[in-house]
Amino acid sequence: MGSSSLLKRIGRLSVISSSCLESSGIIIDGKSGRGSLLRGLSTAATEQELRILQQQNKSSSSLNLFSAINQALHIALDTDPRAYVFGEDVGFGGVFRCTTGLADRFGKRRVFNTPLCEQGIVGFAIGLAAMGNRAIAEIQFADYIFPAFDQIVNEAAKFRYRSGNQFNCGGLTIRAPYGAVGHGGHYHSQSPEAFFCHVPGIKVVIPRSPQQAKGLLLSCIRDPNPVVFFEPKWLYRLAVEEVPEKDYMLPLSEAEVIREGSDITLVGWGAQLSVMEQACVEAEKDGISCELIDLKTLIPWDKETVEASVNKTGRLLVSHEAPITGGFGAEISASIVERCFLRLEAPVTRVCGLDTPFPLVFEPFYLPTKNKILDAIKSTVKY
Amino acid sequence: MAIWFARSRNITHFLRTKISPFEIIVNQRCSNYSFFHANSSFKTMAGESYSRKVTELCMDKSSAAILAFRRPESAIAGGQIEAVPYTTDDDEDDENQAMEFPGGKVGFTLEMNFISESPGKRIPCYRVLDDDGYPLAGSRFEQVDEETAVRMYKSMVTLQIMDTIFYEAQRQGRISFYLTSMGEEAINIATAAALTSDDIIVPQYREPGILLWRGFTLEEFANQLFGTKKDIGKGRQMPIHYGSNEHNYFTVSSPLATQLPQAAGIAYSLKMDNKEACVVAFTGDGATSEGDFHAGMNFAAVMDAPVMFICRNNGWAISTPTSEQFRSDGVVVKGQAYGIRSIRVDGNDTLAVYSAIRAAREMIIREQKPILVEALTYRVGHHSTSDDSTKYRPLNEIEHWKTARSPLAIFRKWVQRNGWWTDKEEIELRGSIRKQVLDAIQAAEKTEKCSLEDMFTDVYDRLPSNLQEQEKSLRETVKRHKQDFPTDVPV
Repeated sequence: MGSSSLLKRIGRLSVISSSCLESSGIIIDGKSGRGSLLRGLSTAATEQELRILQQQNKSSSSLNLFSAINQALHIALDTDPRAYVFGEDVGFGGVFRCTTGLADRFGKRRVFNTPLCEQGIVGFAIGLAAMGNRAIAEIQFADYIFPAFDQIVNEAAKFRYRSGNQFNCGGLTIRAPYGAVGHGGHYHSQSPEAFFCHVPGIKVVIPRSPQQAKGLLLSCIRDPNPVVFFEPKWLYRLAVEEVPEKDYMLPLSEAEVIREGSDITLVGWGAQLSVMEQACVEAEKDGISCELIDLKTLIPWDKETVEASVNKTGRLLVSHEAPITGGFGAEISASIVERCFLRLEAPVTRVCGLDTPFPLVFEPFYLPTKNKILDAIKSTVKY
Repeated sequence: MAIWFARSRNITHFLRTKISPFEIIVNQRCSNYSFFHANSSFKTMAGESYSRKVTELCMDKSSAAILAFRRPESAIAGGQIEAVPYTTDDDEDDENQAMEFPGGKVGFTLEMNFISESPGKRIPCYRVLDDDGYPLAGSRFEQVDEETAVRMYKSMVTLQIMDTIFYEAQRQGRISFYLTSMGEEAINIATAAALTSDDIIVPQYREPGILLWRGFTLEEFANQLFGTKKDIGKGRQMPIHYGSNEHNYFTVSSPLATQLPQAAGIAYSLKMDNKEACVVAFTGDGATSEGDFHAGMNFAAVMDAPVMFICRNNGWAISTPTSEQFRSDGVVVKGQAYGIRSIRVDGNDTLAVYSAIRAAREMIIREQKPILVEALTYRVGHHSTSDDSTKYRPLNEIEHWKTARSPLAIFRKWVQRNGWWTDKEEIELRGSIRKQVLDAIQAAEKTEKCSLEDMFTDVYDRLPSNLQEQEKSLRETVKRHKQDFPTDVPV
């Protein structure tokens, strides 16, 4: 139950149900941080908890992350007749089921399969968006976004700027599942966000939970700038949370303090936050008070919230799954050293993926696990 | 070869719908679209012959009016588009001789035949005028009235003079870069003339003649080249990266072929909006090797996007000849593999380009499907001001295309022979355009650059905090080190 209450905090109302795991088809590695966490959950307890939540709030329902995405897409298509959803295998509901039911409801003209060609998907989406449409393109795995890199970096990102604001493709949103999943190996596990954070003109957004995913995705779709929206695929079925049924949006470029503390600031995004939260809970047992921040939008990012927190705690730890060298943690670290140098009581610490390709059987070694983070918290606080 | 072709059943259906007064000729290689002669007969692969009386068209000024739209129900957005099924021989429905396969039945053969890597004969090139500007015997083309023909010729001359003077301005160091369209004036202007202003241009970069035709002024060209505060692109891109929303001309970007899948998306939007317009996207022969060429063609075909891809095959991708660019018979043959109708046209024959583009446009909008046009031409100039093409191609080749195959010279002979143009008018026009271009350069040179603010705006719709900080910091640096920065940029 300790783990359960922990997860509640991550998504504010979040509960991860082990019953979802059984139906997920996702194999959870028992040795990894998430796996051990999830194994500890009691199905009965969480279901009871969910029922209470549902009774308290009838205008919300308990959804996993892919269903929250699905709900957001329904709303996006329903509220804007110029919205389109497309990508590989999107027509039948997508390989992660995020687009289930959309083609039936909105027709094959607005929700459709595309040829298997990422640069084509994004190029087509840019053209569609340039005509004043909301083009919501799915790249099946973030690992396969690279054929579209040129379209994103050289075309979408510069579309408004290069034309002197005569044209823009602001209606473009590229969705792509990212990150570790326990068995994805090189090409179903990567976190390529840092590549895109080096590109002025696009926004990069990553949600941590179903409720966040729905609100942030709707904001991205309606934002007048092209956005790359990375979805934590490990949480698609794992993370279950009360999600309001209504149409709501969460602000971009605003970080959120999801756990208050006084000794050290931890910054992360997406699925990694649940691992970081566990480390925070463990650290608390040793009397270390951790503040945990969800960055949510990586560019343009909310430096002020992180700065204010570090000015309070005097210490910073950044964690992400992507390789440490050149990762977005480096950017956060450098920026905060610039702003908070005199307040810092220890070097900024990064606990990240290692500088190897994402390895299959070595995944538990590669990942920035709970205990790696916990060690770093302790050594930073004791520095 | 039978499986390569849409078969008679489809063609019959097509004719029965009577969606247009125009006839379709289908032969073994491709669909020929023609609306230039009164009667015709044609044969399908199955040997069935069709004869059809076709209304006499196009020999008068009213021809444009006949190009009215009558889009078949199946092509209207909102309805269902059915993929054209491929069939094998109609009379061979025996299950033993065919296999049900996703996408349609596939017949069996006992012959182990490999399809040839290229057609036995090169695809011929549609042409109207010979090099002396005489219509070829039996040539079929869209008649151009005097007013249009003269305007086309004048625009071609304007483009040529503009290119010559701007090129010189770069050589004198007055602008940083330039790239001419010399030798490709016919493709530029005849295409522009054959379209309507609602058709959306997605350029590569050697198509400024379309902007010129649509009313983009010499002053506007000069302001872009000099990056002045009057440049609607706000001085952010290299010279020749024009763009104008007003003229339905997307802004040029340097990466090659990236615009082609975008064109499919733009066209899909036109289709969803039931617009009577198409997208016209340009590429060169070199850019057909890019992955995005494939992406654009395939998406357009699969999405039934009303887009015309025009490949200006000018023989050279900077220094790389087409023989080192691709195999088989150039670009036109790629269309069929994608399921896209295609035509090869003499890109230096203004009337052929005009006629082919008009016909293609009409088909694209009516049938809501893409078409590929390969226009054979020659880049008479260097690739750009950063290139010296005499280092990699023979002078006499350049000279031949510059003189004997000059699109201006050929078209001028035809126009002049019609009594629509005189030598005196030629001299007056050239003098007048020259003066206008020089005036535009002088004015642009005197105009100050865009202000520093324009460096930061339009990255996003609003200035994010990091850019606000960076702008503030930069302004302070400029104050401290004025000598480090250009004086013609207002801070």
